[in-house]
Amino acid sequence: MRNNRDRYIAFVMLLPSLILVGIFVYGFIGQAIQTSMTDWGQNPAQPPLAATVIKSFVGLQNYENIMTDTLEFYFRNALVNTFFFTVLFVLGCVAAGMILALLLDQKVVGEGFFRTIFLFPMALSFVVTGTIWRWMLQPGGGVNILPQVLFGLPPIEFSWINSRDVWLPFEWGNVPAYLTMAGIAILAFLAVRYASARRWRASRYAVLAAVIVLLVFAARLWDFVWLPLDTPEAETPIAPKGFNAALVGIIIAAVWQMSGYTMAMFIAGIRGVPEELREAARVDGCSELDVYRRIVLPQLNPIILSAMIILGHISLKIFDLVFAMAGPDNAKAVVPGLLVYTEGFRENAFAKASAIAVIMLFFVTLIIVPYLWSQLRESRSRGR
Amino acid sequence: MKKRLLIIGVLVMTLSLIGIVRAQDLSGQLEIFSWWSGDEGPALEALIALYNSQNPNVEVINATVTGGSGVNAKAVLKTRMLGGTPPDTFQVHAGQELTGTWVVAGRMQDLSGLYAEQGWNEAFPPDLIDLLTVDGAIYSVPVNIHRSNVLWYNPAKVEEWGVSVPATWDEFLAACPTLQAAGVTPLVVGEAWTVNHLWESIALGILGADGWNGIWTGETLANSPEMVAVWNRFSEILACSNVGADSAGLSWQQAVDKVLAGEAAFNIMGDWAAGYMSTTLGLEPGVGFGFAPAPDTAGSFMWLSDSFGLPVGAPNPDNTIAWLSLLGSVEGQNAFNPLKGSIPARTDAVAAAPDLYNAYLQSAAEDWAGNRLVGSLAHGVAANERFMGDFNTVMEVFIASGSAEAAASAMSAVCITSGACAGA
Repeated sequence: MRNNRDRYIAFVMLLPSLILVGIFVYGFIGQAIQTSMTDWGQNPAQPPLAATVIKSFVGLQNYENIMTDTLEFYFRNALVNTFFFTVLFVLGCVAAGMILALLLDQKVVGEGFFRTIFLFPMALSFVVTGTIWRWMLQPGGGVNILPQVLFGLPPIEFSWINSRDVWLPFEWGNVPAYLTMAGIAILAFLAVRYASARRWRASRYAVLAAVIVLLVFAARLWDFVWLPLDTPEAETPIAPKGFNAALVGIIIAAVWQMSGYTMAMFIAGIRGVPEELREAARVDGCSELDVYRRIVLPQLNPIILSAMIILGHISLKIFDLVFAMAGPDNAKAVVPGLLVYTEGFRENAFAKASAIAVIMLFFVTLIIVPYLWSQLRESRSRGR
Repeated sequence: MKKRLLIIGVLVMTLSLIGIVRAQDLSGQLEIFSWWSGDEGPALEALIALYNSQNPNVEVINATVTGGSGVNAKAVLKTRMLGGTPPDTFQVHAGQELTGTWVVAGRMQDLSGLYAEQGWNEAFPPDLIDLLTVDGAIYSVPVNIHRSNVLWYNPAKVEEWGVSVPATWDEFLAACPTLQAAGVTPLVVGEAWTVNHLWESIALGILGADGWNGIWTGETLANSPEMVAVWNRFSEILACSNVGADSAGLSWQQAVDKVLAGEAAFNIMGDWAAGYMSTTLGLEPGVGFGFAPAPDTAGSFMWLSDSFGLPVGAPNPDNTIAWLSLLGSVEGQNAFNPLKGSIPARTDAVAAAPDLYNAYLQSAAEDWAGNRLVGSLAHGVAANERFMGDFNTVMEVFIASGSAEAAASAMSAVCITSGACAGA
């Protein structure tokens, strides 16, 4: 009885925020999805900013356009850029943050001072960071002439954000094949793990599944599944895909800004490892290196995961840093967030912008939902 | 200093005169939405001071959103208009940025009555009014005129290198190896939009005024041989520039700085560069910096203009009408333009107070009154916003592929999706 009343009160207390979140988050997400399936801004006969625009339903036309239209290569560049940016930004932040945290854990003099210094970039906004780094990365000055000023060496020739170089080139048309292979690799990995956990009886099913997957692979099913992704032959000469060198400077600036944050998370994690555990390890003959490798780092795994999730969704949604550093029209450094802005508010192509926003949301969901799911399950199992 | 005193003197005189002559009983508020802050702020404030003296009971709200050529202001304006809370009046580039975005959307009110009442149909050039007009109705009042097709150089340096100021692109291309041998960038450009800016001057030079206007009326096809020739010529000229080296990181001011420092020979930029060089850097026009029409475009004036209109649903339309009347008047235009570094849209304003304008502005005003007038693409006059945005894609196609044919066919495709070339 008591329990029921508590639940009722809790529900009433939560109701206002549920309603607000329902309208202002999920309602608007719904509206964006709906808008993305109209021709708002695509139909020259209907001025997009009129008081009453007739928006016709066009299904997935906008999505198909940005994936296949020859002249929509900015979006495809943005997808590729997001991939490389996310991977390098997250790895860079985790690595730099970990190194800083381990160094600060050595009981250095003035630890508080250094911690503040390393954390300080986070207090800046991305726009400030971007503007500073843009100046520092000017081809004819800043970082490039640093060796010259300091040691009289020849200046660096790399043109940073202006660079049009493409490293690790690949064909956009092969992306579906890569994705399929990656998916199969993950499935195979899971199958093997499952089989080894359940001994051989279940492994029959796993082997069966693996064979089916391989058959699917062999049948080049992706040709049908991914047909809408096929792009014109012209893609490579116009917009070669690969790791755009223009991103290097932006990644450096982003890592500079956020590694202090991961450092703070890791320090908290390291400090959370009970001193007794370390003592015990030392008594058992562990070297200092082994103490970190076998005792401390394994305990940091959940924190590393949290850091990756948080950094990952920042990088998927990145806008301000790129806008400040590369401007909105640099095809080599374009990201989806920028395109939502330029397509929507500069070109009045609201439906196209919504489609890009929905795709961004989809990628963020891919990262966030499994994380929330596992967190929820963890706290539930802990609760019981 | 002397000039500024003079301007202030004239301002005070007109202020007091108008204050006596016109005592209207307007009250309430007037929200003026613009992107004029920073360097351009004083010019707007001079106008507002003039307005306040005419209408002391109106509270002027100066709503500016910073960002060059209105990049941010336009986005804010769009959310306000879509949200149903328009300002009383807003700054908008004359031409398609006004008509193609707001007039076709039914968001602006007809001002042709005000034009007739104020006699503006004679004061502004007909080519300009044409681009503010849709179906016989006129939708905004232009305050100023900037010129896009101007070639800037450093007279002392050009003499030192022994090259003449090119009147044609052929002359420029002939001088290019000499300059490169001297370790000088023959033509300097900056970030993406300045490349588009260069392109429109080159296209105007090759197509001529009629050919240029023909792009927007459907008479010059985007994939025609003439347009392919434009792209080919553009390619030759870019080979004499810093595109691909450090261009993308330069603002237009930094590009101009390179010309003044002698690291580059020529730059094509709008005549806000004259304001930058004469006001900010304190150089004398014709001495500290030289100017000429962009090669092959003598006799044509590629213009852009800031204008203000009356949006549908403006809360205080009477106050807005008074503001627009001030903007279109000789005293309003002469209060604003010397500070902004532009010329009045009225052809009779400079003659009324020639001392306010420096040598460059005087020559520009002369050309404005006598040249063929064509609208700028890079600054929102000639084509709608959709085309302008997609033109960046066309430019990227060209720079990445280096193919004039690919660029021409991309532009042709963009013409169709944006509907900009069918003659709106």
